[in-house]
Amino acid sequence: MAFLIPQASDSIQELTVEELRAKVGTGMEIIDPEEHMLLSMGPQHPSTHGVLRLLVELDGETVVNLAPDIGFLHTGIEKTMENKRYVKALTATDRMDYLSPMTNNMVYIMAVEKLLGIEITPRAQTLRLILAELSRLASHLVWLGTSSLDLAAMSVFLYCFREREYILDIFEMVAGQRMMVSYFRPGGLWRDVPPEFEPAVRKLLDFMPAKIADYEALLDKNPIFLMRTKGVGVISGDEAIAWGLTGPSMRASGVDWDNRRDQPYCGYETYEFDVPVEHEGDVYARYRCRMREMRECLRLIRQGLDRLKPGPVNIDDHKIVPPPRADLGRSMEAVIHHFKLWTEGFSAPEGYVYQVIESPRGEIGCYLRGNGTNKPARVHFRGPSYVNLASLPLMSKNRFIADVVATIGSIDIVLGEIDR
Amino acid sequence: MTRDDMIVDKLRAALGDAVEQVSDFRGERTVHIRQDKLVDACRLMRDDPELKYNFLSDIVADDYLPDYPRFAVNYHLLSMPNKHRVRLRVWVEDPDDGPPTAADIWPIATWLEMEVWDLMGVRFAGNNSLRRLFLPEDWQGHPLRKDYPLGYEEVQFSFNWQEIDSKKPYAKQ
Repeated sequence: MAFLIPQASDSIQELTVEELRAKVGTGMEIIDPEEHMLLSMGPQHPSTHGVLRLLVELDGETVVNLAPDIGFLHTGIEKTMENKRYVKALTATDRMDYLSPMTNNMVYIMAVEKLLGIEITPRAQTLRLILAELSRLASHLVWLGTSSLDLAAMSVFLYCFREREYILDIFEMVAGQRMMVSYFRPGGLWRDVPPEFEPAVRKLLDFMPAKIADYEALLDKNPIFLMRTKGVGVISGDEAIAWGLTGPSMRASGVDWDNRRDQPYCGYETYEFDVPVEHEGDVYARYRCRMREMRECLRLIRQGLDRLKPGPVNIDDHKIVPPPRADLGRSMEAVIHHFKLWTEGFSAPEGYVYQVIESPRGEIGCYLRGNGTNKPARVHFRGPSYVNLASLPLMSKNRFIADVVATIGSIDIVLGEIDR
Repeated sequence: MTRDDMIVDKLRAALGDAVEQVSDFRGERTVHIRQDKLVDACRLMRDDPELKYNFLSDIVADDYLPDYPRFAVNYHLLSMPNKHRVRLRVWVEDPDDGPPTAADIWPIATWLEMEVWDLMGVRFAGNNSLRRLFLPEDWQGHPLRKDYPLGYEEVQFSFNWQEIDSKKPYAKQ
């Protein structure tokens, strides 16, 4: 069996299955090249949420085998970060998982702080928690909108993006940027939040529960949505653990694990919240899990706002945090600190740390090694999307090709983080 | 006895001098394992009823140029029942003769090792699916190594199209 591939010129080149396989670089074993059809899905495909390419082997409409082909968005973020100073490298983390930049900032900054051995102020900790939860909410809204759009539920997408817009406006208010925030800095935050921050978030807390109920009303009783999600893309809890699945996708398979509760960081242990767990392990369970998690986000944000006390947001160590601008006119020491920080930055001790937090997509980890200089010697990210993608073939095998679309949407991948 | 110490005791009892070194930094325990005993150590970590490190969080390779051995491969393990993390570290002398694959213990290791091989060039023995994952298939070298320079690709515009084309005839092959 031969495939026709149109070339840039008018001539048509014939490829055998073997040659096609070598070309695509997925390394997938093709079970029956004579009878089965090979389908290349993506990279320019709306349901692949970015530039993911899937090589699918089809027997009729049934998926026999499937292999992801990634790397279209590879920008060498880890290499870039290793050649920048600790603070400057932060901007690269926003660009990884561009749907939840705050949690990406957070894992990197917490790794830097762990390496330096510093503790941040209570106000900075609470603000970080609130912003990380807002980020989770915004990310889940994009997930809900786009994954239901894949299942032909157009209106949910519009409503979700309306509410996400509100959250992005809050980010713009605090950080000056809607998506590439770089708001968390070693030792605290870039600056304190403006006074309008709290009323704006309170307003969100007031209208959001009704909006979540609206989304559920649109989807929960929609027979098309239910038929396309229930019993689709099933993965068991043991398989999920073995294949490194994390986050809501894992909790939908009955694995009760959340880094916020079980290995608390940033003061999560002092908050009251539930970890939603579903047991079916299908697309619908993952949808339920994320919807419930959105409500838990609101609970966390409300508690965070209630305990927000005035105080400093940065630690008092000007070897790491730049001195206030006003001090530069009065204090020679502040001028020196300012100059040293902006010309060479701070140096971290020798040693390596691994910091893990719960991002909206799952467990995001940052391995950071310092070598006594002002640049990190090695930065590595465990991208939850990257690891979650590995279980996609497992979920899709022996299902219809249309279910692959629903499954990709349900594991909530961001290609910027997969390719890094 | 803390859990950190229990891990070391159990590994020492089972593997003897394959546990080369134990280090602590910022409250994180690292156990350095000899390369040939890695799979045994991983299996013990997962199957021992008191350890139960059932989740492989990440595999990270690190380049210590100009030191020897140059490469270190870190396995970040998580025990969900015990809520505890630990790091196993293997020093790799020859990247082409790297540590054995951990795919028998945690299937996700295949996927993580692919990334390590692509970007750092440490070959895992027994992993047959190592291939270029992020980079094009004809890429030379492994960019995260310390001796790999930061480079750039000149952008082709209509005014310099011919000039750049003539510099890389391989692009058309």
